[in-house]
Amino acid sequence: MSPKTLYDKIWDAHVAHEADDGTCLLYIDRHLVHEVTSPQAFEGLRMAGRKVRAPEKTIAVPDHNVPTTPDRVNGIENPESRIQVEALDKNAKDFGIHYYPVNDVRQGIVHIVGPEQGWTLPGMTVVCGDSHTATHGAFGALAHGIGTSEVEHVLATQTLIQKKSKNMKVEITGKLQPGVTAKDITLAVIGETGTAGGTGYVIEYCGEAIRDLSMEGRMTVCNMAIEGGARAGLIAPDETTFEYVKGRPHAPKGAQWEAAMDWWKTLFTDEGAHFDKVITLRGEDIAPVVTWGTSPEDVLPITATIPHPEDFEGGKVDAARRSIEYMGLEAGQKLSDVEIDTVFIGSCTNGRIEDLRAAAEILKGKKIKDGMRAMVVPGSGLVRAQAEEEGLAEIFKEAGFEWRLAGCSMCLAMNPDQLQPGERCAATSNRNFEGRQGRGGRTHLLSPAMAAAAAITGRLTDVRELM
Amino acid sequence: MEKFDKVHGVAAPMPLINIDTDMIIPKVHLKTIKRTGLGVVLFDEMRYHDDGQENEEFILNKPAYREAEILVAGDNFGCGSSREHAPWAIKDFGIKVVISTSFADIFFNNCFKNGILPIVVEEEHHAVLMEDAHKGENARITVHLEDQQITTSDGVVIEFDVDPHRKHCLLNGLDDIGLTMEKDHHIDNFEDHASQARPWV
Repeated sequence: MSPKTLYDKIWDAHVAHEADDGTCLLYIDRHLVHEVTSPQAFEGLRMAGRKVRAPEKTIAVPDHNVPTTPDRVNGIENPESRIQVEALDKNAKDFGIHYYPVNDVRQGIVHIVGPEQGWTLPGMTVVCGDSHTATHGAFGALAHGIGTSEVEHVLATQTLIQKKSKNMKVEITGKLQPGVTAKDITLAVIGETGTAGGTGYVIEYCGEAIRDLSMEGRMTVCNMAIEGGARAGLIAPDETTFEYVKGRPHAPKGAQWEAAMDWWKTLFTDEGAHFDKVITLRGEDIAPVVTWGTSPEDVLPITATIPHPEDFEGGKVDAARRSIEYMGLEAGQKLSDVEIDTVFIGSCTNGRIEDLRAAAEILKGKKIKDGMRAMVVPGSGLVRAQAEEEGLAEIFKEAGFEWRLAGCSMCLAMNPDQLQPGERCAATSNRNFEGRQGRGGRTHLLSPAMAAAAAITGRLTDVRELM
Repeated sequence: MEKFDKVHGVAAPMPLINIDTDMIIPKVHLKTIKRTGLGVVLFDEMRYHDDGQENEEFILNKPAYREAEILVAGDNFGCGSSREHAPWAIKDFGIKVVISTSFADIFFNNCFKNGILPIVVEEEHHAVLMEDAHKGENARITVHLEDQQITTSDGVVIEFDVDPHRKHCLLNGLDDIGLTMEKDHHIDNFEDHASQARPWV
């Protein structure tokens, strides 16, 4: 048998039907659902008199719209947001799917709740009406975002119509330097490939620096595979993965665990398997990075200066000019001189316990700069509870951060957590698009430790100076 | 779904690269529980000033392009989120074809589900179409799906590729779910097999 990649293996195990032209029906093991991209899909089912084919494999949680202030227990003030969340409440009940409502302690960002509850397991196919579904690839699961029509298709048939993508390998060799994290890896890779570099591919991340990451770090890396244009990102499961999964509420137990492990241990890329594209970065060469523009590919080490648009080629010249103007920056300006108004720590990229630990480590015994607005939005109610137990919440509060309830919050600013026009934010989230965090808002993407450093000094800061 | 055959219409040029889904439709408009009515907020932040007045400089606000049915866009169009609100807004505005040198994967898929034809062309052809689009309302472009041809206002013919299954669905206005349900027995068989092989799933 010819050697297979990890992606080939998972794909082959899920093809329910293949047409002559290669169009496949891919069986879906887990369908995650949130309130923004699902109402029209459930409405479609109702209109056609269809049921959810596999409600036991379908998990819903509201996250995009929910306020993160403590008063949310009294209900959601914004009428449109409330209607969307109420629609999910009703759809979950009517169609009999698993549900974590707003005030359940397990509620949180769908991509944090899935792994936390053991819904996401190695070798699975996982989809959600959200592009950051790529996160689940950290478990060696084939996971990607879908549109609402496809949400409806999966609800009705538990399959997706797919053609296979190409294989791409991203290898990070060696060790990371102090102060460099999973976020820096994933941003550095996008800086290298560009936001369209992964289009048409499924990426497998490998190499010593990836192996050395915790599950939290691996989720951060895979989360942003979509920002590089890839359909999905994958990391082969290993002891770190199995250790994380074992004992989670929906992970297999007893004999089933043993059977699962037998299969999971076969989930790696065979020696000699073919990759259509290979990118290699040296872990030692990766610095703490930030974004300067309005595309996640606009990545530079914190020690660099804002580029000149003329340094680019083709359409990127105009795009860079527009970005620099939108961001209110000057070509040649040092990144470490850029002053920040707001710091946001959270999101499906960096809202897990390890992220909060990394930020708290920098903030311990320090205060944020006068006038700075800073907030921590834990990725789930359970992350929040754990951070409180570990004393991290106290560190954040004493430093001057707001300590919020779980949700997507200012990552996409659908709830009341938004930037004002011109307001500049250091954010641990995943997109720096124009208007992403609020109309006219300016976003610099960075790691939790770098965000904490910026909160203290009031400007983009090399975290290594504070370590 | 409406059948897609041929479009003969004005093409609007948007050469900017990496036009993302937040630009196509900002999140404030994702709170709807319907699919329709989003055309008015297509490209919202570029199309309107902060006070809600139209930005005259924006391409779709110029008299020549207000009825555009084709968009000729820069590379990597539709990157970012999976929000299907992006193609819903494009469709609701009246645009039926988007042409670029590349598209983001999820957006590309979402277009076909909504009767929009996204076409990938080579850079040299893209340049010809972009120039044609800049000519305004008198330069109508024709897109013929059956023949897989784009014809510029000067009669230049550019051929394009499209996945045969997707072409078939667009031409006949077919609903994917209905088609898949005809293969229900394959899904049943798969589930029987998978529940033996991977009972923990």
